Amino acid sequence: MITVEQAARITEAKLWYWQRISAMVLALCVIVHVAIMIYAVRGGLTGAEILGRTRGSVSFAAFYGVFVLACAVHVPVGLMRVAEEWLHLDRFLSVVLGKLFGVTILFLGLRAVYGVFTG
Amino acid sequence: MSSSSFLKVSVWRGKAKGAFVTYDVPRRESQTVLDVVTHIQRAIDPSLSYRFACRVGMCGSCAMTVNGKARWTCRTHVSKVVEGDALEIAPLSNLPVIKDLATDMREFFDKWARAKGQFKGTRTRYDDFAVVAPDSKARGAANAGIECIGCAVCYASCDVVAWRPGYLGPAALNRAWTLANDVRDVQQKERLLAVSGDAGCHACHTQGSCNERCPKQIEPTAGISGLKKLAARAAVRGELG
Repeated sequence: MITVEQAARITEAKLWYWQRISAMVLALCVIVHVAIMIYAVRGGLTGAEILGRTRGSVSFAAFYGVFVLACAVHVPVGLMRVAEEWLHLDRFLSVVLGKLFGVTILFLGLRAVYGVFTG
Repeated sequence: MSSSSFLKVSVWRGKAKGAFVTYDVPRRESQTVLDVVTHIQRAIDPSLSYRFACRVGMCGSCAMTVNGKARWTCRTHVSKVVEGDALEIAPLSNLPVIKDLATDMREFFDKWARAKGQFKGTRTRYDDFAVVAPDSKARGAANAGIECIGCAVCYASCDVVAWRPGYLGPAALNRAWTLANDVRDVQQKERLLAVSGDAGCHACHTQGSCNERCPKQIEPTAGISGLKKLAARAAVRGELG
């Protein structure tokens, strides 16, 4: 049997793991994203051009879907730390704040991906 | 040697509440910060409290905050840290002040115990010595952290300790890492659990003040990241706890 405190430690260790894994995914995603932007922006960029590339493109939707997922995993863990250490919020409030932020990122991000995929 | 023959030394007097008091201390060749403090206590004000023992960088008892940075004072030459002719000497941060320059180190060492910093083996005097290959990876990792003298310079320099008073801190985690690499030790699982979580290795942001300030050039963040990996892998595999 483990205590409640020990269970919390195990959760912390898992959170760190997921934050590290999501950071690796994000590092790749950011490089690909920036490379695409630099390539795409040559000679100006219009909304029609963007949609022309993304509309109906499963690979674009999949890539940015993964990007959003990785953000939604990574950001809440970091925000919880900031809330605890700099804002001095208690654990419960920090977790609520982090999760709310994560769900918001997930919703807005996936909505945007859906928008440019179907738009 | 400074052009001035006297140092203006501001020394913290009091407890948590107190004030800096300035003393004029004669400048000498090869003078250490501990020499300066000792001069003040012996020649100017015998009521000054501070802590030291070996004077040669072995015992880890004389660490203080010198011109804003935690240092071992017995091996810190005045010429290396003096600003003009001014020295500011304060107790270590992140530890309660007992009086003047002496801090209460109980919490610091209690955290070593909480991090399962004790060695526990199974062999008795009737068994042979354990054979540990000197060039093995684990022995190398333990070697990198084993020269810690427990001076608390890293602990006083750590922002995470300041933000999270429960955080075990670099020295305790470094000790845990050396034991995590000791093939003779039999409480690895308990130790991993003890050093996990937001009071343990996972709280470290790898800011590296501990590495920069450690007078023994130990890199606690290297050990802490090793512990993070061990603990997180074990947690994900369900082997922790």
